[in-house]
Amino acid sequence: MTDTALRPFPAITPQNEFFWTAGAEGKLRFKRCRACCTYLHPPPPVCPECLSKDISVEDVSGAATVAAFTINHHQWRPAFPPPYVIAIVEIAEAPYVRLTTQIVGCAPEAVSIGMTVQVRFEQVGPAWLPLFAPRED
Amino acid sequence: MEKFEDKVRITGIGISEVGRRLMRDPVELAIDACMSAMADAGLERGDIDGLSAHPGPQTADGYSGAGVSAVEEILRVQPKWFNSSHETPGHTGAFVAAALAVAAGLCRHALVFRCTWETTAPALARDPRYNVGQSAPGRAVSGEIQSWRIPFGAYSAGNWIGMAATRHFHLYGTKREHLGAIALNARRNAALNPNAIYRDPLTMDDYLNARMISTPFGLYDCDTPCDGAVAVIVSHRDAAKDTRRPDPLRLEAAGTQVTERWSWDQGVLDHEVMLAGPAKSLWERTDLKPKDVDVAELYDGFTFNCLSWIEALGFCKRGEGGPFVEGGTRIARDGELPLNTHGGQLSGGRLQGFSFLHEACIQLWGEGGARQVPNRPQVACVSSGGGTPGGALLLARP
Ligand SMILES: [Zn+2]
Repeated sequence: MTDTALRPFPAITPQNEFFWTAGAEGKLRFKRCRACCTYLHPPPPVCPECLSKDISVEDVSGAATVAAFTINHHQWRPAFPPPYVIAIVEIAEAPYVRLTTQIVGCAPEAVSIGMTVQVRFEQVGPAWLPLFAPRED
Repeated sequence: MEKFEDKVRITGIGISEVGRRLMRDPVELAIDACMSAMADAGLERGDIDGLSAHPGPQTADGYSGAGVSAVEEILRVQPKWFNSSHETPGHTGAFVAAALAVAAGLCRHALVFRCTWETTAPALARDPRYNVGQSAPGRAVSGEIQSWRIPFGAYSAGNWIGMAATRHFHLYGTKREHLGAIALNARRNAALNPNAIYRDPLTMDDYLNARMISTPFGLYDCDTPCDGAVAVIVSHRDAAKDTRRPDPLRLEAAGTQVTERWSWDQGVLDHEVMLAGPAKSLWERTDLKPKDVDVAELYDGFTFNCLSWIEALGFCKRGEGGPFVEGGTRIARDGELPLNTHGGQLSGGRLQGFSFLHEACIQLWGEGGARQVPNRPQVACVSSGGGTPGGALLLARP
């Protein structure tokens, strides 16, 4: 079996480890500037808004809204049998923070822009990938 | 105040054989294009004193076929200035860099080129006789952009830009038939371009019924990889008289700004990203307006990239690109904004942004043959950038 039959995972670095491992606790978390309260993603070493280096890591609710999506029909790698939905979701606490992710837990045709979704994690290698499913409420 | 653009001229263009799986050394293709541009300008190797290329040295995946080092090893022009990199304003950022160097007096005739071998490189990589190309990819994805999307199966620019297109459809009522008008226009023009990859007729039914790649993109929304090279010579206006061209082309303006997040998902979501900056700075550097453009050669790695550029450059309002291209009349060779007269990358082949620059010169020089736009165009708009930062150029007849 080649590596392409298995799902890839992000390379874990000191900068992103907090993000990719938070799913072990069922948490979605982002960096946030203590000085100006801006959520920061992807995680930078310095706040682009105010240039403060006083940056914390905070949990968010895991609620999000679908801002854009595509139903992928082409098989790029054996690990990803089509069709599947790739989406950009906006985080409820800070819509300017987006994640490229997959929408799971519903038929691809059921996904729409504006749909509210909730994080659920899938462990792949050393990473807990934040995927999103339609919210029950 | 005089702009740097005013001090330079385009004095020659060249193109290599273009095709799929040519199985030729890509450096040879690059040299072919460079020699062809020098012959076009009537310049010898000894006249060239600058080299500029996108995106850097040869890569095993085929994206780059030859960088400055490989070409200099053969041409031995002993450049007084050179440049070869990827983080530029569009593919044709290499052209802007050369124009700046020429205007600044670092060199007088700069040879700018782009070579790709995206169909031969994978074929070689699959060939058991050779130990080249990609090794089996590991599972850990690094990179400041890729690591955030590949783990979710978002491998292709078709996925990333498909999401933007879906949002554009949602916000503005854009339809697949609108994108199809761009694909059909490209194919009609490619039929008249002997160098184009796909020249058979394409109907709207063919377009709509083709297999889906990533919604809303079907097969004909995607450009086609190829092998080939393009070269352009940028000369100082005072040195242009040493060339064969009595009517060297002016660079009216270059659009090079970045105004958006350098990101596929944190910034603009309803356009191909990073087009607004180059469009803004382009129009700031000229008194010309979009209505003055006689022919547009706009990047079409996907149909939607082209639609994004039409809107970003101000040929219509944001969100109105669909109705603008609807039916294809306005963007046809005899329409009010002839578009991608060589077939674009959709049907002409993915020459990595440089075929648009080459074609703009062809049209302004009136050398388009069967595909020449009627009433010799005076001003051409060019764009490049497939999600790297974009870049835009306005070229004009003297
Ligand atoms: Zn801050």
